[in-house]
Amino acid sequence: MTITYIARSSAIASRVIADETMVMSVVDSTFFTLNEVASAIWGAADGVTPLHEIVARDVCDQFEVPVDEALTDAREFVRELSRHGILRVSDEPMPPAVAQGTP
Amino acid sequence: MEHVVVEIGGVAIALRTDSPEFARMVEERYMGFVLQGIGPITSQIQFDIELRDSDRRDSSALAFDEHGSEIEHDAEIEDDLEVACRGSVWHMRRGDFNAEWDSRSGRGCIRQAVNPYSLDSVLRIVHSLVLARRGEFLVHAASAIRNGRAFLFAGVSGAGKTTISRLAPADATLLTDEISYVRKNGSGYDAHGTPFAGELARVGEHCSAPLETLYLLHQGPENRIDDVPRVAAAQALLRNILFFARDAELVQCVFEGACEFVDRVPVRKLTFRKDAAVWDLIGQTQAQEERREQG
Repeated sequence: MTITYIARSSAIASRVIADETMVMSVVDSTFFTLNEVASAIWGAADGVTPLHEIVARDVCDQFEVPVDEALTDAREFVRELSRHGILRVSDEPMPPAVAQGTP
Repeated sequence: MEHVVVEIGGVAIALRTDSPEFARMVEERYMGFVLQGIGPITSQIQFDIELRDSDRRDSSALAFDEHGSEIEHDAEIEDDLEVACRGSVWHMRRGDFNAEWDSRSGRGCIRQAVNPYSLDSVLRIVHSLVLARRGEFLVHAASAIRNGRAFLFAGVSGAGKTTISRLAPADATLLTDEISYVRKNGSGYDAHGTPFAGELARVGEHCSAPLETLYLLHQGPENRIDDVPRVAAAQALLRNILFFARDAELVQCVFEGACEFVDRVPVRKLTFRKDAAVWDLIGQTQAQEERREQG
Protein backbone atom coordinates (compact mmCIF):
# COMPACT_ATOMS: atom_id res chain seq x y z
CA MET A 1 0.00 0.00 0.00
CA THR A 2 1.33 3.45 -0.90
CA ILE A 3 1.64 5.66 2.13
CA THR A 4 0.29 9.15 1.60
CA TYR A 5 1.51 12.21 3.43
CA ILE A 6 -0.40 15.48 3.33
CA ALA A 7 0.50 19.05 4.26
CA ARG A 8 -1.39 22.31 4.22
CA SER A 9 -0.25 24.71 1.53
CA SER A 10 1.08 28.07 2.64
CA ALA A 11 -0.84 29.73 -0.20
CA ILE A 12 -4.11 29.58 1.67
CA ALA A 13 -6.07 31.57 4.16
CA SER A 14 -8.11 29.66 6.70
CA ARG A 15 -10.30 30.33 9.67
CA VAL A 16 -12.15 28.03 12.07
CA ILE A 17 -15.73 29.18 12.57
CA ALA A 18 -18.10 27.22 14.76
CA ASP A 19 -16.55 23.74 14.29
CA GLU A 20 -16.11 24.28 10.58
CA THR A 21 -13.03 25.49 8.76
CA MET A 22 -13.15 27.94 5.90
CA VAL A 23 -10.21 27.56 3.58
CA MET A 24 -9.47 29.77 0.63
CA SER A 25 -6.74 29.53 -1.95
CA VAL A 26 -5.06 32.89 -2.27
CA VAL A 27 -3.94 31.84 -5.74
CA ASP A 28 -7.30 31.32 -7.42
CA SER A 29 -9.71 32.48 -4.68
CA THR A 30 -11.34 29.05 -4.49
CA PHE A 31 -12.89 28.49 -1.12
CA PHE A 32 -14.06 25.44 0.73
CA THR A 33 -15.91 24.84 3.93
CA LEU A 34 -14.65 21.83 5.84
CA ASN A 35 -16.97 20.05 8.22
CA GLU A 36 -15.83 18.77 11.59
CA VAL A 37 -14.36 15.55 10.20
CA ALA A 38 -12.58 17.25 7.30
CA SER A 39 -11.34 19.90 9.71
CA ALA A 40 -9.76 17.17 11.85
CA ILE A 41 -7.82 15.85 8.83
CA TRP A 42 -6.91 19.38 7.78
CA GLY A 43 -5.62 20.21 11.24
CA ALA A 44 -3.44 17.10 11.33
CA ALA A 45 -1.97 17.58 7.84
CA ASP A 46 1.60 18.17 9.03
CA GLY A 47 3.46 16.50 6.16
CA VAL A 48 4.95 13.78 8.33
CA THR A 49 1.98 11.83 9.68
CA PRO A 50 0.68 9.28 7.16
CA LEU A 51 -2.91 9.86 6.02
CA HIS A 52 -4.04 6.45 7.26
CA GLU A 53 -2.72 7.26 10.73
CA ILE A 54 -4.50 10.61 10.73
CA VAL A 55 -7.72 8.92 9.72
CA ALA A 56 -7.39 6.22 12.37
CA ARG A 57 -6.43 8.64 15.12
CA ASP A 58 -8.48 11.76 14.35
CA VAL A 59 -11.47 10.42 12.44
CA CYS A 60 -12.25 6.80 13.34
CA ASP A 61 -11.57 7.18 17.04
CA GLN A 62 -13.15 10.59 17.38
CA PHE A 63 -16.21 10.17 15.18
CA GLU A 64 -16.74 6.39 15.36
CA VAL A 65 -16.51 5.84 11.62
CA PRO A 66 -15.35 2.49 10.11
CA VAL A 67 -11.75 2.65 8.85
CA ASP A 68 -12.45 1.67 5.22
CA GLU A 69 -15.24 4.20 4.84
CA ALA A 70 -13.26 6.95 6.52
CA LEU A 71 -10.16 6.30 4.43
CA THR A 72 -12.12 6.30 1.16
CA ASP A 73 -13.73 9.63 2.08
CA ALA A 74 -10.41 11.05 3.23
CA ARG A 75 -8.68 10.15 -0.05
CA GLU A 76 -11.44 11.82 -2.03
CA PHE A 77 -11.18 14.89 0.18
CA VAL A 78 -7.41 15.00 -0.25
CA ARG A 79 -7.71 14.61 -4.03
CA GLU A 80 -10.16 17.50 -4.24
CA LEU A 81 -8.14 19.90 -2.09
CA SER A 82 -4.83 18.97 -3.72
CA ARG A 83 -6.37 19.66 -7.14
CA HIS A 84 -6.74 23.29 -6.05
CA GLY A 85 -3.28 23.41 -4.47
CA ILE A 86 -4.75 23.73 -1.00
CA LEU A 87 -3.20 20.48 0.24
CA ARG A 88 0.19 19.14 -0.78
CA VAL A 89 0.44 15.38 -1.24
CA SER A 90 3.49 13.15 -1.29
CA ASP A 91 4.33 9.48 -0.90
CA GLU A 92 7.25 10.50 1.31
CA PRO A 93 7.31 12.54 4.50
CA MET A 94 7.67 16.23 3.76
CA PRO A 95 10.21 18.22 5.77
CA PRO A 96 8.72 21.43 7.20
CA ALA A 97 10.28 23.62 4.49
CA VAL A 98 8.69 21.50 1.76
CA ALA A 99 5.42 21.03 3.59
CA GLN A 100 5.04 24.77 3.90
CA GLY A 101 6.04 25.52 0.31
CA THR A 102 3.66 27.03 -2.16
CA PRO A 103 2.12 24.76 -4.76
CA MET B 1 -4.11 72.38 -14.38
CA GLU B 2 -7.62 71.66 -13.03
CA HIS B 3 -7.88 69.91 -9.70
CA VAL B 4 -10.86 67.95 -8.30
CA VAL B 5 -10.74 66.04 -5.00
CA VAL B 6 -13.26 63.23 -4.65
CA GLU B 7 -13.67 61.89 -1.13
CA ILE B 8 -15.46 58.62 -0.49
CA GLY B 9 -15.48 56.91 2.87
CA GLY B 10 -12.90 59.30 4.26
CA VAL B 11 -10.43 58.42 1.48
CA ALA B 12 -9.73 61.45 -0.68
CA ILE B 13 -8.42 61.09 -4.21
CA ALA B 14 -7.16 64.16 -6.02
CA LEU B 15 -7.68 64.16 -9.79
CA ARG B 16 -5.68 66.52 -11.99
CA THR B 17 -6.47 67.23 -15.61
CA ASP B 18 -5.60 69.94 -18.09
CA SER B 19 -9.16 69.82 -19.45
CA PRO B 20 -11.58 72.23 -17.72
CA GLU B 21 -14.49 70.43 -19.43
CA PHE B 22 -13.45 67.06 -18.04
CA ALA B 23 -12.94 68.58 -14.58
CA ARG B 24 -16.51 69.90 -14.70
CA MET B 25 -17.72 66.46 -15.82
CA VAL B 26 -15.99 64.88 -12.84
CA GLU B 27 -17.43 67.46 -10.44
CA GLU B 28 -20.90 66.79 -11.78
CA ARG B 29 -20.50 63.00 -11.68
CA TYR B 30 -19.31 63.02 -8.05
CA MET B 31 -21.48 65.88 -6.83
CA GLY B 32 -21.75 65.69 -3.06
CA PHE B 33 -18.43 63.85 -2.82
CA VAL B 34 -16.20 66.64 -4.12
CA LEU B 35 -14.11 68.35 -1.45
CA GLN B 36 -14.07 72.07 -1.92
CA GLY B 37 -11.12 72.42 0.43
CA ILE B 38 -8.80 69.65 1.63
CA GLY B 39 -10.14 68.55 4.98
CA PRO B 40 -9.01 65.78 7.28
CA ILE B 41 -8.30 62.73 5.14
CA THR B 42 -6.94 59.29 5.82
CA SER B 43 -5.19 58.76 2.53
CA GLN B 44 -3.31 61.10 0.18
CA ILE B 45 -3.85 59.80 -3.32
CA GLN B 46 -3.38 61.78 -6.49
CA PHE B 47 -3.90 60.94 -10.15
CA ASP B 48 -2.97 62.85 -13.26
CA ILE B 49 -5.50 62.14 -15.98
CA GLU B 50 -4.35 62.08 -19.57
CA LEU B 51 -7.27 62.18 -21.95
CA ARG B 52 -7.17 60.34 -25.26
CA ASP B 53 -9.53 60.28 -28.22
CA SER B 54 -11.14 56.83 -28.33
CA ASP B 55 -14.13 56.15 -26.13
CA ARG B 56 -15.58 52.93 -24.83
CA ARG B 57 -18.01 52.66 -21.98
CA ASP B 58 -17.90 50.01 -19.33
CA SER B 59 -17.29 49.45 -15.67
CA SER B 60 -15.91 46.50 -13.84
CA ALA B 61 -15.98 44.50 -10.67
CA LEU B 62 -15.01 41.02 -9.64
CA ALA B 63 -16.01 39.06 -6.63
CA PHE B 64 -15.32 35.62 -5.25
CA ASP B 65 -17.16 32.56 -6.43
CA GLU B 66 -18.00 29.79 -4.01
CA HIS B 67 -16.59 27.20 -6.40
CA GLY B 68 -13.42 28.83 -7.43
CA SER B 69 -12.95 31.10 -10.35
CA GLU B 70 -13.90 34.68 -9.89
CA ILE B 71 -17.36 35.67 -11.00
CA GLU B 72 -18.78 38.86 -12.34
CA HIS B 73 -21.69 40.65 -10.75
CA ASP B 74 -22.02 43.84 -12.70
CA ALA B 75 -24.00 43.80 -15.90
CA GLU B 76 -21.53 46.19 -17.47
CA ILE B 77 -18.43 44.17 -16.64
CA GLU B 78 -15.95 43.21 -19.28
CA ASP B 79 -13.49 40.50 -18.55
CA ASP B 80 -10.41 42.16 -19.99
CA LEU B 81 -9.52 43.99 -16.79
CA GLU B 82 -5.99 43.39 -15.52
CA VAL B 83 -4.84 44.55 -12.12
CA ALA B 84 -1.32 43.61 -11.09
CA CYS B 85 1.29 44.91 -8.69
CA ARG B 86 4.98 45.25 -9.44
CA GLY B 87 6.95 46.55 -6.50
CA SER B 88 4.77 49.23 -5.00
CA VAL B 89 3.14 50.15 -8.31
CA TRP B 90 -0.28 48.89 -9.26
CA HIS B 91 -0.99 48.55 -12.96
CA MET B 92 -4.62 48.66 -14.06
CA ARG B 93 -5.53 48.07 -17.66
CA ARG B 94 -8.73 47.59 -19.60
CA GLY B 95 -9.78 48.39 -23.12
CA ASP B 96 -10.95 51.85 -22.16
CA PHE B 97 -8.21 52.85 -19.73
CA ASN B 98 -4.66 52.29 -18.66
CA ALA B 99 -3.55 53.40 -15.22
CA GLU B 100 -0.72 53.10 -12.73
CA TRP B 101 -0.72 53.94 -9.07
CA ASP B 102 2.23 53.86 -6.70
CA SER B 103 0.82 52.84 -3.34
CA ARG B 104 3.95 54.15 -1.61
CA SER B 105 3.93 57.69 -2.95
CA GLY B 106 0.17 57.80 -3.54
CA ARG B 107 0.77 59.19 -7.03
CA GLY B 108 -0.66 57.74 -10.21
CA CYS B 109 -1.70 58.37 -13.79
CA ILE B 110 -4.82 57.45 -15.73
CA ARG B 111 -4.96 57.45 -19.53
CA GLN B 112 -8.56 57.35 -20.71
CA ALA B 113 -11.08 58.88 -23.06
CA VAL B 114 -13.37 61.72 -22.08
CA ASN B 115 -16.03 59.80 -20.16
CA PRO B 116 -16.80 59.36 -16.47
CA TYR B 117 -17.06 55.56 -16.62
CA SER B 118 -13.37 54.71 -16.94
CA LEU B 119 -12.53 56.98 -14.03
CA ASP B 120 -15.34 55.39 -12.04
CA SER B 121 -13.75 51.96 -12.54
CA VAL B 122 -10.28 53.17 -11.55
CA LEU B 123 -11.67 54.77 -8.40
CA ARG B 124 -13.42 51.55 -7.42
CA ILE B 125 -10.23 49.56 -7.97
CA VAL B 126 -8.05 51.98 -6.02
CA HIS B 127 -10.51 52.20 -3.13
CA SER B 128 -10.72 48.40 -2.98
CA LEU B 129 -6.92 48.17 -2.85
CA VAL B 130 -6.65 50.80 -0.14
CA LEU B 131 -9.34 49.19 1.99
CA ALA B 132 -8.22 45.56 1.57
CA ARG B 133 -5.11 45.88 3.74
CA ARG B 134 -7.23 47.32 6.53
CA GLY B 135 -9.82 44.54 6.47
CA GLU B 136 -12.34 46.99 5.01
CA PHE B 137 -14.11 46.71 1.69
CA LEU B 138 -16.46 47.76 -1.04
CA VAL B 139 -19.36 45.36 -1.33
CA HIS B 140 -22.19 44.77 -3.78
CA ALA B 141 -24.89 46.05 -1.45
CA ALA B 142 -27.40 48.81 -1.08
CA SER B 143 -27.16 50.66 2.20
CA ALA B 144 -29.21 53.14 4.15
CA ILE B 145 -29.26 54.88 7.51
CA ARG B 146 -32.32 54.84 9.69
CA ASN B 147 -32.61 55.93 13.32
CA GLY B 148 -28.90 56.61 13.38
CA ARG B 149 -27.87 53.11 12.33
CA ALA B 150 -26.80 51.81 8.93
CA PHE B 151 -28.09 48.69 7.19
CA LEU B 152 -26.50 46.85 4.31
CA PHE B 153 -28.51 44.87 1.79
CA ALA B 154 -26.18 42.62 -0.19
CA GLY B 155 -26.92 40.66 -3.29
CA VAL B 156 -25.97 40.07 -6.87
CA SER B 157 -27.70 41.84 -9.73
CA GLY B 158 -31.43 41.19 -9.56
CA ALA B 159 -31.44 40.33 -5.85
CA GLY B 160 -33.33 43.52 -5.02
CA LYS B 161 -30.77 46.16 -4.03
CA THR B 162 -32.50 48.88 -6.00
CA THR B 163 -35.95 47.61 -5.01
CA ILE B 164 -35.22 47.73 -1.28
CA SER B 165 -33.77 51.22 -1.80
CA ARG B 166 -36.91 52.40 -3.56
CA LEU B 167 -39.06 51.01 -0.75
CA ALA B 168 -37.08 52.88 1.92
CA PRO B 169 -39.23 55.22 4.04
CA ALA B 170 -38.82 58.97 3.90
CA ASP B 171 -36.84 59.06 7.14
CA ALA B 172 -34.17 56.74 5.73
CA THR B 173 -30.98 58.18 4.23
CA LEU B 174 -29.87 56.27 1.17
CA LEU B 175 -26.11 55.66 1.03
CA THR B 176 -26.14 53.73 -2.26
CA ASP B 177 -28.29 51.27 -4.15
CA GLU B 178 -25.31 49.40 -5.61
CA ILE B 179 -21.86 49.59 -3.99
CA SER B 180 -21.49 50.04 -0.25
CA TYR B 181 -18.37 51.24 1.53
CA VAL B 182 -17.54 49.51 4.80
CA ARG B 183 -14.88 50.72 7.21
CA LYS B 184 -13.88 49.75 10.71
CA ASN B 185 -14.79 51.95 13.61
CA GLY B 186 -13.49 50.72 16.95
CA SER B 187 -14.95 47.29 17.56
CA GLY B 188 -17.61 47.80 14.91
CA TYR B 189 -17.98 49.08 11.38
CA ASP B 190 -19.36 52.15 9.65
CA ALA B 191 -21.19 52.21 6.33
CA HIS B 192 -20.37 55.22 4.17
CA GLY B 193 -22.29 56.69 1.28
CA THR B 194 -20.88 56.28 -2.22
CA PRO B 195 -21.48 57.89 -5.59
CA PHE B 196 -21.61 54.41 -7.16
CA ALA B 197 -25.24 54.06 -8.17
CA GLY B 198 -27.19 51.18 -9.67
CA GLU B 199 -30.54 51.28 -11.45
CA LEU B 200 -31.69 54.05 -9.17
CA ALA B 201 -29.16 56.26 -10.97
CA ARG B 202 -28.92 58.42 -7.87
CA VAL B 203 -25.72 59.29 -6.07
CA GLY B 204 -25.83 58.28 -2.41
CA GLU B 205 -25.66 60.69 0.48
CA HIS B 206 -22.18 61.63 1.62
CA CYS B 207 -22.48 60.53 5.23
CA SER B 208 -21.95 57.47 7.42
CA ALA B 209 -23.33 55.66 10.43
CA PRO B 210 -22.46 52.66 12.60
CA LEU B 211 -23.42 49.46 10.87
CA GLU B 212 -26.25 47.57 12.54
CA THR B 213 -26.84 44.53 10.31
CA LEU B 214 -25.87 43.04 6.99
CA TYR B 215 -28.93 41.61 5.27
CA LEU B 216 -28.56 39.07 2.47
CA LEU B 217 -31.36 39.82 0.04
CA HIS B 218 -33.83 37.30 -1.28
CA GLN B 219 -37.12 38.18 -2.91
CA GLY B 220 -40.00 35.95 -1.82
CA PRO B 221 -43.72 35.75 -1.04
CA GLU B 222 -43.43 37.21 2.46
CA ASN B 223 -41.29 39.51 4.54
CA ARG B 224 -39.16 37.61 7.01
CA ILE B 225 -35.76 37.70 8.63
CA ASP B 226 -33.71 34.59 9.38
CA ASP B 227 -30.40 34.12 11.11
CA VAL B 228 -27.47 33.03 8.94
CA PRO B 229 -24.74 30.73 10.29
CA ARG B 230 -21.39 32.50 10.37
CA VAL B 231 -19.72 30.28 7.81
CA ALA B 232 -22.54 30.87 5.33
CA ALA B 233 -22.42 34.57 6.19
CA ALA B 234 -18.70 34.76 5.47
CA GLN B 235 -19.16 32.91 2.18
CA ALA B 236 -21.97 35.21 1.13
CA LEU B 237 -19.97 38.26 2.05
CA LEU B 238 -16.91 37.05 0.12
CA ARG B 239 -19.09 36.47 -2.93
CA ASN B 240 -20.18 40.09 -2.82
CA ILE B 241 -16.96 41.91 -1.94
CA LEU B 242 -15.49 43.83 -4.84
CA PHE B 243 -11.93 42.85 -5.40
CA PHE B 244 -10.02 43.17 -8.60
CA ALA B 245 -6.41 42.20 -7.97
CA ARG B 246 -4.94 38.72 -8.32
CA ASP B 247 -2.61 39.35 -5.41
CA ALA B 248 -2.15 36.61 -2.84
CA GLU B 249 -1.40 38.93 0.06
CA LEU B 250 -4.41 41.11 -0.56
CA VAL B 251 -6.69 38.12 -1.15
CA GLN B 252 -5.63 36.91 2.29
CA CYS B 253 -6.45 40.34 3.71
CA VAL B 254 -9.91 40.26 2.13
CA PHE B 255 -10.55 36.78 3.49
CA GLU B 256 -9.46 37.78 7.00
CA GLY B 257 -11.50 40.97 6.74
CA ALA B 258 -14.65 39.08 5.81
CA CYS B 259 -14.19 36.60 8.66
CA GLU B 260 -13.61 39.41 11.15
CA PHE B 261 -16.68 41.23 9.89
CA VAL B 262 -19.03 38.27 10.48
CA ASP B 263 -17.56 37.90 13.96
CA ARG B 264 -18.66 41.43 14.79
CA VAL B 265 -21.72 42.27 12.71
CA PRO B 266 -25.00 40.33 12.61
CA VAL B 267 -25.66 38.85 9.17
CA ARG B 268 -29.23 37.87 8.40
CA LYS B 269 -31.22 36.66 5.45
CA LEU B 270 -33.91 39.13 4.47
CA THR B 271 -36.67 37.63 2.40
CA PHE B 272 -38.95 40.35 1.14
CA ARG B 273 -41.77 41.05 -1.22
CA LYS B 274 -42.08 44.34 -3.01
CA ASP B 275 -43.89 46.37 -0.39
CA ALA B 276 -42.72 48.97 2.08
CA ALA B 277 -43.74 46.82 5.07
CA VAL B 278 -40.34 45.18 4.87
CA TRP B 279 -38.90 48.34 6.39
CA ASP B 280 -41.31 48.00 9.34
CA LEU B 281 -39.91 44.53 9.92
CA ILE B 282 -36.36 45.88 9.76
CA GLY B 283 -37.31 48.61 12.25
CA GLN B 284 -38.91 46.10 14.61
CA THR B 285 -35.83 43.91 14.47
CA GLN B 286 -33.62 46.90 15.18
CA ALA B 287 -35.77 47.81 18.20
CA GLN B 288 -35.53 44.24 19.49
CA GLU B 289 -31.77 44.32 19.12
CA GLU B 290 -31.56 47.57 21.05
CA ARG B 291 -33.76 46.23 23.84
CA ARG B 292 -31.59 43.10 24.01
CA GLU B 293 -28.42 45.21 24.23
CA GLN B 294 -29.91 47.41 26.94
CA GLY B 295 -31.35 44.44 28.86
